[in-house]
Amino acid sequence: MSGDVMVPAGTLVGWPLWRRQLAGVLRLELRKTLLSSRSLMLYALAAMPVLLGGMHLLATPFMPEGMASNLGRHARIFTGMYSTFILRFVIFLTCLWMFMNLFRGELIDRSLHYYLLTPIRRWLLVTGKFLAAWVSASVMLSSSTVLALLLMVLPAGPRELADFFINGPGVGQVVAYVVTTVLACLGYGALFLAIGLLTKNPIIPGVIIWGWESINYFLPATLKKISVIHYLQALAPMPPQDGPFVILVEPVSPWIAVPGLLIVTAALLVLATWRAQRLEIVYGTD
Amino acid sequence: MTAHSDSRIAFENVSKFYGEVLGVNRVQLSIEPGITSLVGPNGSGKTTLMNLMTGLLRPTDGRIRVRGIAPDDPERLFKIVGYCTQHDTFPRGLTGFQFLSSYLLVHGLSREQAHGLAMAAIERVRLNDAAHRKIAAYSKGMRQRIKLAQAICHDPSVLVLDEPLNGLDPMARAETIDLFRELATEGKHLILSSHILHEVDLISDSVILLNEGYVVAEGDIRGVRSEMESHPLQIFIRCEKPEVLAAKVFAQDAVVEVRIHDDRRGLLVSTRNPDSFYLLLNQIVLAEDLEIEHVTPADENVQAVYRYLIGGNGEKR
Repeated sequence: MSGDVMVPAGTLVGWPLWRRQLAGVLRLELRKTLLSSRSLMLYALAAMPVLLGGMHLLATPFMPEGMASNLGRHARIFTGMYSTFILRFVIFLTCLWMFMNLFRGELIDRSLHYYLLTPIRRWLLVTGKFLAAWVSASVMLSSSTVLALLLMVLPAGPRELADFFINGPGVGQVVAYVVTTVLACLGYGALFLAIGLLTKNPIIPGVIIWGWESINYFLPATLKKISVIHYLQALAPMPPQDGPFVILVEPVSPWIAVPGLLIVTAALLVLATWRAQRLEIVYGTD
Repeated sequence: MTAHSDSRIAFENVSKFYGEVLGVNRVQLSIEPGITSLVGPNGSGKTTLMNLMTGLLRPTDGRIRVRGIAPDDPERLFKIVGYCTQHDTFPRGLTGFQFLSSYLLVHGLSREQAHGLAMAAIERVRLNDAAHRKIAAYSKGMRQRIKLAQAICHDPSVLVLDEPLNGLDPMARAETIDLFRELATEGKHLILSSHILHEVDLISDSVILLNEGYVVAEGDIRGVRSEMESHPLQIFIRCEKPEVLAAKVFAQDAVVEVRIHDDRRGLLVSTRNPDSFYLLLNQIVLAEDLEIEHVTPADENVQAVYRYLIGGNGEKR
């Protein structure tokens, strides 16, 4: 038995205690997020891009001559799919469901009080729940994105694939998609966690935010900046949007986008913690 | 603050409003270790008081200290407090053992400690056979027992128990009451609410009577009863010649009313001065050579006090 194991919790204070408590919250939350009946919806959402990638692969024999081996074309199709479907629909909805339920779901289930009856500080509880959901969402959605990309480019054949990943931009694109996905989970996660704590019915603000993020292309430059998608677009290998009503603006530099997202995330987590600090258990009215 | 005051649970002029609805108002309490029962009709403020002392609610006004610790300091409070709430709900998908050990890990215990304490608590509430079954498959009584195990598993010195006997069969009730007595003899605070007044009478060292958010009475039940001057104490005397005794006692100032029992083998005496009456009774018994089978206070219990102060019999919910 290690020395750490022998130390009773009562004698621990400060970071050694908080580290153990954080690990306890992470363990319990990962179980709840990944193994409960609520997670079926998340798995279904995460499976959608893979399903589309699979359908694309199955359609290979029916593609016109030369199209199947055109890897650049497959990669561009995936880029469009990532921008319009994965980021705006799958990642958005997964984060909405997962992060809003961190507190709101437990208030609805009337089980949040079990956490509040342990000697854990509320900021630590918010941090633990957020980290567990962020890790779950990031792993789930990054895997789904990478798998979907692989299925999309697979029809090009082994030689084209080797060239794309060894000599071409393949690995860089995979990294960019994964980083964008992880940051999207961070930004949307913090936003929905805060909304889940601040509002009694988070569905309405969720729908409003979805609408706002969807019309981002058509917003003036100043308003574009008040959205998560605007910063994510600077990171993923996404094509610039065009169309009759699209308002084009200079894309944000990743050096601004990443710290910007991190600062907004931190601010939202502070807001969520402030609300959690004042949270009372009155299930009857929740 | 002195060491003496630190061993108490203190409410100092505490009020709680839910918007404009009153929860409790100007509560002033000092609760000693031992078993204290909160008694009152639905909506009287019992659960509100429990939630306030465990930090699940914040007082609108006033100050609360649980053995010297503020309820908004969970890191210190829940090392000494365990709370079995009235909510019959649990996190999804967990077995009884996982439920206890998971939250013990959140306490900051090591895996070995958490597993050991979880099993010990499960054994204490006699759920060993069901420990590794999903809580969703538990009966109402089993769920009540696993909640109790969750409250006691970290060996707290203050136990707050909201209707802890609900859903338990008679055998489990008796075992649980024994457990409460055992915990109280260890010097712990047990604050419990129950609507079954004869059980409250059996197990409580003191009671707090609540009605519509106000503390109506508090303390040892006999002390509370003796202070109720508007309701003379009723004493039942089982004896051979009740008519003789009735005639003798009725002549005394301390006696308000005397009634012969229907079976004519006893009488019910109402008195405003029980001490004088007991003295007088001894004198009469000696003088008249009467044979007394037993003497019992007839309304020196929670049910009677509840009836006099709040109305109703307290048994309905």
